[in-house]
Amino acid sequence: MSWLWIGVIGATVVAFVQKWLGYQVPPAVLEKPRIARVTALLPVALLGALVATQAVADGQHLTADARLPALAVAALLLALRAPFLAVVIAAAVVAAVCRALGWG
Amino acid sequence: MRKHETTDSRPGAGTPLAVSAARRKGLSVGIATGLYGISFGALATASGLDVCQTMVLTAIMFTGGSQFAFVGVIGGGGSALGAALAAILLGIRNTLYGLVLAPVLPRGGAKGAARSLLTIDESAAVAATTEDPVAKRAGFWAAGLAVYVFWNLFSLVGALIGQSVGDPSAWGLDAAAAAAFLGLLWPRLVSRDIVAVAVAAAFIALITTPVLPAGLPVLAAALVAVLVGLLPRRPRTEPGTGGTASAGTDADGADDARIAAEQEDRA
Repeated sequence: MSWLWIGVIGATVVAFVQKWLGYQVPPAVLEKPRIARVTALLPVALLGALVATQAVADGQHLTADARLPALAVAALLLALRAPFLAVVIAAAVVAAVCRALGWG
Repeated sequence: MRKHETTDSRPGAGTPLAVSAARRKGLSVGIATGLYGISFGALATASGLDVCQTMVLTAIMFTGGSQFAFVGVIGGGGSALGAALAAILLGIRNTLYGLVLAPVLPRGGAKGAARSLLTIDESAAVAATTEDPVAKRAGFWAAGLAVYVFWNLFSLVGALIGQSVGDPSAWGLDAAAAAAFLGLLWPRLVSRDIVAVAVAAAFIALITTPVLPAGLPVLAAALVAVLVGLLPRRPRTEPGTGGTASAGTDADGADDARIAAEQEDRA
């Protein structure tokens, strides 16, 4: 078996264990007030970070490209309470049009 | 409709509207993300993995950030060990998702294993958009399964014919993903404290992007939630943030009620 296969299988097994591990914490621990606050805030922090990196990160670089106007349109539509799917499609269309026009 | 998602937090209360909204979100997130499998499959085979190795990563590792890191290191001339370490480092955030999801998902058995496998950015994010446990479950499974199906399908397509399909960003799919995450975050922004956490997390993610490998800035940003959550509560309660301040003594229920109440106010 090649080193590459060993790496693939090793990393894959560990990745699964990482996912499994989070569920093994006893409920009593999760119900402690401070822990409960942290787990309630985690999705907000993770989503905030995902929005930011998905919008302007390109590998390890920060760039302003067609994703920014698309995200602005998405924010506007969300403020107008547009449905989720419409927001996502509109953002894709804005970015695709910007790129077709040669920007970003 | 967004209102219904948070107005009922009794266990098992699942309003049909909230459940179907969560399913729809899960499906649309799954399609947008799954199409990116083409770039993963193409990159993996271009980096020197064979189709079989590519599909082991996609079907069993099944966490995009770690997969891209793995093939990125290999493609850059790194060792298999380096590739595995990069993937493992990025996978730490999936443990955090499990922590958050544990109370609402079934334990043990085949479903327990499936639940672990499908614990990724997208399924955790869709589950996080609602406080209703039934809708949370529905959103988790819809997003997890949709991403799984499309991610595997398009990884295989990418691995087989990747170089000739073109760049998904030409179709605006990268912007669609950003908009999807924003759409998932939006309903949660119900108080100034929560907005502050989201903005601080985004800021940390951006300033660490140039210095950390891709994927880790999200992990660094999670520290914001840990710090804010562990800080001692302020003795005085500001208007509009009262619920957050009182969260020190409640379980999820009272917080849900607060979010519901504040969303009613906004509506």
